[in-house]
Amino acid sequence: MKPLTYYWNRLRGNKEEKERLLRANDRSFNLSFHYAKNEIKTSKYNIITFLPLNLYVQFTRLANVYFLLLLILQLIPEISSLPWFTTAVPLVIVLSITGVKDANDDIKRHKSDRQVNNRTVEVLVNGKLKEERWKNVQVGDILKLQNNHFVPADLLLLSSSEPLNLVYVETADLDGETNLKVKQALTVTGELGNDIEAYSTFTGEVRCEHPNNRLDKFKGTLTVKGQTHGLDNDKVLLRGCTLRNTEWCFGLVIFGGPDTKLMQNSGQSKFKRTRIDHMMNILVLCICGFLVTICVILSIGNSIWETNEGSAFTVFLPHLPDISVELSSFFIFWSYIIVLNTVVPISLYVSVEIIRLGNSFFIDWDRKMYYPKKDTPAQARTTTLNEELGQIKYIFSDKTGTLTQNIMTFNKCSINGKPYGELYDFSGHKVKILKKMERVDFSWNKLADPKFIFHDHSLVETVREGNSEAHAFFRLLALCHTVMPEEKKEGELNYQAQSPDESALVTAARNFGFVFHCRTPETITVMEMGRNVVYELVAVLDFSNVRKRMSVIVRSPEGKITLFCKGADIVICERLHPSSDKLMEATMKHLNEYAGDGLRTLVLAYKDLDESYLEGWRKRHHEASIAMEEREERLDDLYEEIEKDMTLLGATAVEDKLQDGVPHTIEQLAEADIKIWVLTGDKQETAENIGYACNILREDMNEVFVVTGNTAEAVQKELKEARQKMCPQAAAMPSMKKSHGGLFWLTKTKYLQDDKVDGEYGLIINGSSLAFALEEDLELELLRTACMCQTVICCRVTPLQKAQVVKAVKKYKQAVTLSIGDGANDVSMIKTAHIGVGISGQEGMQAVLSSDFSLAQFRYLQRLLLVHGRWSYLRMCKFLRYFFLKNFTFTFVHFWYAFFCGFSAQPVYDDWFSTCYNLVYTALPVLALSLFDQDVNSHWSFYYPKLYTPGQWNMYFNRTSFLLCIMQSCYNSIILFFIPYAALHDTVRQDGREIADYQSFAILLQTCLIIVVNAQIFLDTWYWTGINHFFLWGSMAAYFALTFTMNSNGLFFIFPTMFQFLGTGRNSLNQPNTWLIIFLTCLLCILPIVALRFIFIQTSPTINDKVRYKMRRDEIPAISLRPPATRRVSTRSSYAFSHSQGYGDLVISQKFLGKKTPRRPLLFGQKDHPLAENQPQLFRSITEEPEEPQSC
Amino acid sequence: MNMRFYRTTMKEEGNSANRPSNTAFTQQRLPAWQPMLSAGVVIPGFLLIGLAFIGIGVGLLITSRSIQVLELDYTGTETSSPCYQCTMSNQSNCVCKLSFSIGTLFKGPVFFYYGLTNYFQNQRKYGVSKDFNQLIGDVSYFKSPSSDCQPYQRVNGKPIVPCGAIANSMFNDTFKLYQIINGKEELVPFDGKGIAWWTDYNIKYRNPDYTPLKNAFNDTEKPVFWTKPAYELDTSDASNNGFINQDFLVWMRRAALPNFRKLYRRITEGNYKDGLPAGNYSLEISYNYPVISFEGTKKVTFSNVSWMGGQNEFLGIAYLVIGSMCVVMSVVMLIVYAKFRFPEED
Repeated sequence: MKPLTYYWNRLRGNKEEKERLLRANDRSFNLSFHYAKNEIKTSKYNIITFLPLNLYVQFTRLANVYFLLLLILQLIPEISSLPWFTTAVPLVIVLSITGVKDANDDIKRHKSDRQVNNRTVEVLVNGKLKEERWKNVQVGDILKLQNNHFVPADLLLLSSSEPLNLVYVETADLDGETNLKVKQALTVTGELGNDIEAYSTFTGEVRCEHPNNRLDKFKGTLTVKGQTHGLDNDKVLLRGCTLRNTEWCFGLVIFGGPDTKLMQNSGQSKFKRTRIDHMMNILVLCICGFLVTICVILSIGNSIWETNEGSAFTVFLPHLPDISVELSSFFIFWSYIIVLNTVVPISLYVSVEIIRLGNSFFIDWDRKMYYPKKDTPAQARTTTLNEELGQIKYIFSDKTGTLTQNIMTFNKCSINGKPYGELYDFSGHKVKILKKMERVDFSWNKLADPKFIFHDHSLVETVREGNSEAHAFFRLLALCHTVMPEEKKEGELNYQAQSPDESALVTAARNFGFVFHCRTPETITVMEMGRNVVYELVAVLDFSNVRKRMSVIVRSPEGKITLFCKGADIVICERLHPSSDKLMEATMKHLNEYAGDGLRTLVLAYKDLDESYLEGWRKRHHEASIAMEEREERLDDLYEEIEKDMTLLGATAVEDKLQDGVPHTIEQLAEADIKIWVLTGDKQETAENIGYACNILREDMNEVFVVTGNTAEAVQKELKEARQKMCPQAAAMPSMKKSHGGLFWLTKTKYLQDDKVDGEYGLIINGSSLAFALEEDLELELLRTACMCQTVICCRVTPLQKAQVVKAVKKYKQAVTLSIGDGANDVSMIKTAHIGVGISGQEGMQAVLSSDFSLAQFRYLQRLLLVHGRWSYLRMCKFLRYFFLKNFTFTFVHFWYAFFCGFSAQPVYDDWFSTCYNLVYTALPVLALSLFDQDVNSHWSFYYPKLYTPGQWNMYFNRTSFLLCIMQSCYNSIILFFIPYAALHDTVRQDGREIADYQSFAILLQTCLIIVVNAQIFLDTWYWTGINHFFLWGSMAAYFALTFTMNSNGLFFIFPTMFQFLGTGRNSLNQPNTWLIIFLTCLLCILPIVALRFIFIQTSPTINDKVRYKMRRDEIPAISLRPPATRRVSTRSSYAFSHSQGYGDLVISQKFLGKKTPRRPLLFGQKDHPLAENQPQLFRSITEEPEEPQSC
Repeated sequence: MNMRFYRTTMKEEGNSANRPSNTAFTQQRLPAWQPMLSAGVVIPGFLLIGLAFIGIGVGLLITSRSIQVLELDYTGTETSSPCYQCTMSNQSNCVCKLSFSIGTLFKGPVFFYYGLTNYFQNQRKYGVSKDFNQLIGDVSYFKSPSSDCQPYQRVNGKPIVPCGAIANSMFNDTFKLYQIINGKEELVPFDGKGIAWWTDYNIKYRNPDYTPLKNAFNDTEKPVFWTKPAYELDTSDASNNGFINQDFLVWMRRAALPNFRKLYRRITEGNYKDGLPAGNYSLEISYNYPVISFEGTKKVTFSNVSWMGGQNEFLGIAYLVIGSMCVVMSVVMLIVYAKFRFPEED
């Protein structure tokens, strides 16, 4: 929906902007276009407009409109069966509560607007820089920003203090990413530098796109002195960014205030609704239909009565002239709509929102989902989806950063056939490494990274003894990589690496005395055991997915030329000199062990080269790298030629550290029948390894299928085979279940039914196969097979595919899905799933910003689902059942009474009782129930994850339970009406006076009703906190107190016409007879329910019943972890390289080392790497390096 | 492109500004009572409730049986009825006599009710057809009665006081009870005071503050069906006149159901303090109130009361039935429990 202001502006004649034209330093020219000023207004109201606008907004809600229509109906005397205040009071209360909340929010917005609008910035006015408030900045102004300043509007960057006119900005407020981004000004404006005079005569003209919300795109041109230059996103500073590491910069305002991309983006995000929401809508519509039906029945009844009895009764109640029987029944129809309006639970929506909000607060408040290390609590960012957390059937998880910490630790290594990194006790058995065990002391090494942890002392001793193999091993690790060092202070080294594996390896070398210190395009400086050694970097043979290895050729200060190579075991193995065979055998054994432990391994080898060979090779390499044809192939051949006959050094094992508690969490979720799909960009081996490490795949699974087909047919075949293996008897055609949904059960949707499978299976499918499988004709086959498996791992998937997978499951499975991820690549799937969970505090915030719930750790997911989700679902369902029950019971009594009052729409209860029933007497106990109720506490929830399964099958609230609700309330209403009817018939008070009058009857009935509905909640509540007690007994007390107050003399004296029930309570409720009737009626309503429940618990107990009984009997169980599944000792090799192409090119590139001119021509080919343009900011700190690389 | 850079440094620890507070409320650990429907509570509970109900039921039934009730229909639809002649439409001031005899002493105090059936005092339009403000004695509303009173708001252009259908339809049969002693009719004295609720008489209805009361009713008209205006309802007793006339009050307290009875008089005085002695009686009815047209019936009831009010066997029987059902239910549940016994192990 477009905001009101949009239409307002159109009304005022402002045409929609197609293109923006503006001129620097020319306010009058720019003003002619009426561009928006830089003043922002996020507030919606001011003092005058608040009342009308807020009311308007509130009356766009269906519930309020319904109330209003009722109120209008009630004001028509002909049909007004209930006085106006029965609707007006609740309506006014709801409106004023919402109004106060809105006003409060708006005051906050006003404050923040004022604060933002009054920030100051330097603006160039008449040739001078002048401090101006943000709100006075206009399009076309030239601004000067200082370091750490906020960008006040969308600016065209003109010039900056940094070389190449770069500026660094932090965009955390805009997209949540904390890393810096680089923007670069055009040279033509960059030349203006800091020259105020030059700027005051600058008359560049910008022609650009109209304001929009695309943060990553900008199109426009700048015309300076007749020359036109293209503008793109790199030249624009957006409002919301902060200037960093840049002394100053100049910018030209393009978009101000509401036109800025930040403000254009601050719209409402897509609104997710839960299944219960859908169901509620359907139910409400059905109930509306039901209401109309009942009213029709009653009005027909009225016309019959009028004809038969009423016409005769005209002696005492004459018909008004001009009102025929038909017209009278028509009026009665509307009168009954008013009387029975409570059957349509419009106030339900308000209550549901309150309950969800409360349960969201419990999520925010939960200390067990608070991550102290990052000071991050869990957060319910959407407060309307809670109960769906208790119904999750499929979890789609990202791997990196979600399951794993994305921290790699150098864990073990094998040097020259000798393994390091394990601890052994005296008898030679392996000892499990625990946190508290003594760590290796690296204090002898001043440059050591204090965070590096290693437990095996023997390795340090070996290195310090001067073992040449160990030295070579760590020298290789210090040289053969593409890491960038960063030394902010003397001795404080930071490494920036593309993959965490590399960082881990280089850090390991650093701690063992081979400190990679700095690099230039031609050299690498390494502090080798305290000695500075500068290696000449001859060549980098970069990593690629095909090569699966990386090499560097370096020349030591002594002139020795060596090729250092690290790579995947199989690849290196093939290229070793036969002399290493024996060593390889030993190393291979270690590698298998490492792989079995889920570690990422690399094999290291080296080769000494002689000068003459290298010269020749370099020449050929140069030729190849400038060749126009088959460059890649020729280079590959050259690499292949030189990387052979190498000598093995050893192997490294890096642990891709799982987040804490991931395996246990996954196990728990699997126990709860939640299927977990891992969607990762990683390679198959890595994904599989992690799958085993975190219990997604288990050794005791019957089989793990791997789908790697490269054609649609192959994929189909593989899927089919897997399916037939899992379930040979399954029908060839998928069985689809037709389900009805939507309004009035009109739209039909098809859902795929689950096939029965014995045993647990896993499925691994890679990206290319997935692409085929997700196509229209294979989608069903994929889902059928995949949904039979306990777990599915999709590797090498793109963000788009992630979303497609989620979408496919949503489409064909009638199940609730949840996506969890941490990175920008997970945003699509987070948005697609029913519930999106973002891991906060990792990298960037995009995932969190688009999520519904944010957690700091994956392991909190089990608490979010098994405890909070389950409780929320349970509470919401209990609430709904109770709410329908109490409203139906309340309303149906009118129906029975209609047969005894001539279908005259005579309400049974006191008007004030009707007013207060939902609002005062029954609101709070059910609120307490739906905020505090728990079947079992969190310990037991974790101990019996199976408790989660009823939610997945919609067990607590579905059509059946709704019908049961209706039946129960029907029964209740019959008892509630007919018992007092029969018992009061011809009865009198003890003193012979009247008690069977209408008012006493009403008091009797409403007292019974209140007791019955409160007894019902007494039965429904499983967890009686003090608040529950207080609310329940308080409500009962309030009922009697208010009843007696409203029947009191005092109130009657003040408002004689409004409190006509004067004295009824006193005269009726002091009779033992009345109480006997109340007692009988209430017990007759409640006892059958108790008996039925008891019998059902005995004969077919639900899992909740079982656990609750167990909980009464037993102590709280200790959460026992299953012993970790024995790892299968297999040769699942994986290698520690990042999944994207290496970037050796960048490392040796001049451009990014901040040099304007290369000192000597580059050795090897420089193909322009795409990264070079996109993300230069990653290297920003390198500009701080001293000019002379040798001096470090 | 999935390009990420990793810093080896971690964010500092120790800051915990965002840590949620550790209270039982926020952590959902509030101490709580967690009751369950266990066999130990439910089965004995049902049994006890059942037995208690049976006890109450027996008590109620005995009490109810001990109440003496005498009902006489005098609608006069049957030709044999002494009031048959009064049902003829052109009869006015018709008087009919009903004779009956009482075998044993009808214990006092005896209450004398009139009863109507098929009479819809609970019809909504009938119910709203009155003006509260008139009835609390607000004279300003005497001139302009509420429109709710339609069609009994005005007559001949003059406002009706008290207006509306309820007041208009006030029951106007009158009764006189004679005991026939030795062939002579002896009037049984009726007590017409204190038959309405105390609150109705003292608070809810008030006469305008005029002496004489008649002045307040200047320029108003009496209800159409009434034979005399409100201020002449009981000229003998000022505290029973006007809107606080007890018969009027009883009538204005409209019944919940279409069949109802209303207290007419009490028999508490003179020789009849202890009740109506056995003997022959004659009830003289001045038959004015038309009910035949809507197939209503009229009756009179003599009744005495107990601690549970008037006679109503339903309550006692209901208690007995439900009590027995509870006992049966407890046995059924015991069987179910013994047979199925909540499966102890999962």
